[in-house]
Amino acid sequence: MNIHEYQAKDLLDQYKVAVPRGISACNEAEIDSAIKSLNSSDLLVVKAQIHAGGRGKGTFTDGYQGGVKLCDSPSKAKETALRMLGNDLVTKQTGPQGRKVQTLYFTEACDIDHEYYLALLLDRESAKTVIIASTEGGVDIETVAENTPEKIIRVSIDADLGLKPHHCRSIAFKLGFSGAQIKEFSVILNGLYKLFTEKNAEMVEINPLVSDKKGSLIALDAKVSFDGNALYKHPDIARLRDTNEEDPKEVEASQFNLNYIALEGNIACMVNGAGLAMATMDIIKSYGGEPANFLDVGGGATEEQVTAAFKIILSDPNVKGILVNIFGGIMQCDIIAKGIVSAAKNVSLSVPLVVRLEGTNVDAGKAILRESGLELSPADSLAEAAQIITDKVSK
Amino acid sequence: MSILVNKDTRLVVQGITGKAGTFHTQQCMDYGTQVIAGVTPGKGGQLWENSVPICNTVKESVSEYGANASVIYVPPPFAADSILESIEAEIPLIICITEGIPIRDMAEVRHALNKSTSKSRLIGPNCPGIITPGECKIGIMPGYIHKPGRVGVVSRSGTLTYEAVWQLTQSGLGQSTCIGIGGDPINGTSQKDAVQLFNEDPDTDAIIMIGEIGGNAEEEACKYIKEFVKKPIAGFIAGASAPKGRTMGHAGAIISESGGGTAEAKFEAMEDAGVKIALNPSKIADALMTCYSG
Repeated sequence: MNIHEYQAKDLLDQYKVAVPRGISACNEAEIDSAIKSLNSSDLLVVKAQIHAGGRGKGTFTDGYQGGVKLCDSPSKAKETALRMLGNDLVTKQTGPQGRKVQTLYFTEACDIDHEYYLALLLDRESAKTVIIASTEGGVDIETVAENTPEKIIRVSIDADLGLKPHHCRSIAFKLGFSGAQIKEFSVILNGLYKLFTEKNAEMVEINPLVSDKKGSLIALDAKVSFDGNALYKHPDIARLRDTNEEDPKEVEASQFNLNYIALEGNIACMVNGAGLAMATMDIIKSYGGEPANFLDVGGGATEEQVTAAFKIILSDPNVKGILVNIFGGIMQCDIIAKGIVSAAKNVSLSVPLVVRLEGTNVDAGKAILRESGLELSPADSLAEAAQIITDKVSK
Repeated sequence: MSILVNKDTRLVVQGITGKAGTFHTQQCMDYGTQVIAGVTPGKGGQLWENSVPICNTVKESVSEYGANASVIYVPPPFAADSILESIEAEIPLIICITEGIPIRDMAEVRHALNKSTSKSRLIGPNCPGIITPGECKIGIMPGYIHKPGRVGVVSRSGTLTYEAVWQLTQSGLGQSTCIGIGGDPINGTSQKDAVQLFNEDPDTDAIIMIGEIGGNAEEEACKYIKEFVKKPIAGFIAGASAPKGRTMGHAGAIISESGGGTAEAKFEAMEDAGVKIALNPSKIADALMTCYSG
C-alpha cells in the first residue's frame, strides 16, 4: 500500500528523522491556514500530492507545468496551490490521463548543498533488510545503478542483530560525511530502520536526502509503502489508504475479495488463480487481442462474487468481449457455471462471452451453460477460447 | 517414483478443525494420504471426524504418532508461527498452503530454516502443495487430473499447474511428483531446489518448470540447469503481458519499476539454459514433447 509524501513525512517526524516543516491542505481555507501557520517570510514549496513519482517534471492536463513549485511569497504560494488543486497531473508514472490532485503539501524551502539517496527494502533472495545509499541523489536511482554502479552502496542487515552503529558509521563515511553529520546520519538511519521494521514497510525511500548550506541533513522527499498483508497489525497505517488514488473498479473488487487490475485493452477476463489469470492475459495477447484487465476470482468464488466480477468488468466502457477461464479443482465447474448463468442474466450481458471450463464436474458445468439459453461460446481448451474471443472482438 | 512424499509419508495437519483444514484433509485421505494426526491447540485428546487424533502441539504429533510431514491451513496472522513450530519439532517436510502471510514474518521463517540446526524443508507458503500421483497428495490440488509417471513438475502457480498437469495427463505423460512452490516473494523451496531434486531423482526422466514474472527464481534455476541438467526440460513464464509496477495477484509477481523480473529476461535465461519454451500456456506439454516422448 502506498501513502502520500505528507503522510510519509509525518511518520518520519515521529521516528525522529529530520524533515522540512510542512502542512497539508485539501481546500482553500486549509491552504490559507497552512500558508499562514508556516509563517515563512522567505521561500515556500508547494507540492502536489499524488501516488506517483516525477511530479516536479510533470505537466497538468491543462498545460500548467510542474507539480512541485518554489514560491517567493505567500500570495504566490496560494495562487500556485489553487492552480494545482483539482487539476490532473501527468508524470512518467501516471499514464496519459494523469491523477487528480486532491491534496497539496506546503513546506519550508531548504538551502541545498548536496543531494544524496537513501532507501531500505527487504531483499527477497536473502530475506534480509538492505540499505541502499548513494552520493548521487535527486535523480533516478536506477539510472545511477546502471551508469555508475560503483556509486551505489549496499549493506544488508542481519535480522537477529539489527542495525548497529558500525553500519551507520561505515555508510556515513562512504557518503563523505564528517563531524556532526555522522551522528545526524545515524539518527536518520536508525529512525528509518525502526519505521521500516516496526510498521512492516515494503520500502522506505528518501530521494533526496540533502545536506543544507549549514551542513545539516534533512529528508527532502519521502516515499514509503507498506506490506498489504500486514496492515491488520497496524490500524494507524491502514487508515492512511487513499482510495482516491486507486481505480474505482479496483476498490470495488477489493470489497468482494476479488483481485482486479484494470488494463488498457478490450477483452475482459475472469479466471481462478493468479498464475492462470496472467497466463490467460498472455494467450489473449498472443492471439492478437489486448486484455482489459487482470481478474483472479480466487479458489472458492461464490455466486455473489462471480456476479460482482461481471459487474466490475462490464463497468469498463472499453470492454468488447469477455473470456471466462476456470480450471475447477476443489471449486466445481457446475457451481461456477450456475454462477455465470445467474450473473450474466443479472447484468444483462451485451458483449460476446466465451467460457472455458475444465476440471471437477466439467460435464455437468457445460450442460448447465448449454441449457441456460445464454448466448455464449463454449471452448474446450485455453487456446480455443483465446482464438474465439479475439475473432469475435476484432469483427 | 517420486521426491519428498510417497505412500509412507506420515502427515500431521496443522489447523485440522478449521473449514479449509477439514475439507482438504478429507480430500487427501480419500486420495490415500496417511493422515496420522492433526493439531489444534486446546483440542488435544479429541478425535477429528471420529478418526484422526488431535494434538495440542506439533511435537506431540511427532513423539506420539510419528509424523514426518506437516501441512498448514492456518489463517495468515498465525501461519508463520505454525511453520516455526514445525521447524522446532524437526518435521522434515513442511507444506504451508496459507496465502497472505506478511513478508517480514516469512523473513523470520527463512532465517529459522537457514540455521544449521534446522532439519526442515518448507514448501510454500501460498501454494497448492505437493503430490506424488497414486501415492500421496498433500494440499488442495484436484487429485484426479494427475497420473503416475516420470515427469517432475515444479511451479509458482496453483491453477496454472493444474493446466500443465492436465495437458501432460491427456498426452499420456504421467508425473513423478508435482510441487507448487507458491507465489510469495519469500518462500521455502525455490525453483532451483525443486529442479535439483528432480534432476537427482532416478525415477524422474523429464522436468517441467512453470514460473511467473517477478524476482529471479527462474534465472537462478536456469544457472543450475545449464550446468547440471541433462534430462529433457520444458517451461513457461506467466505474465509477459503484465504492466510494470503492478502486483499481479501473487505478492511475488511484480515487475519492478526498474524493469527487473520480466518474462523476457526469464525466457532468455531459459533459452540459454536449453529449456524448451512453451510460447503460450496451452502448449506446455507440447513443448516438453518436442524433446521427450515418455
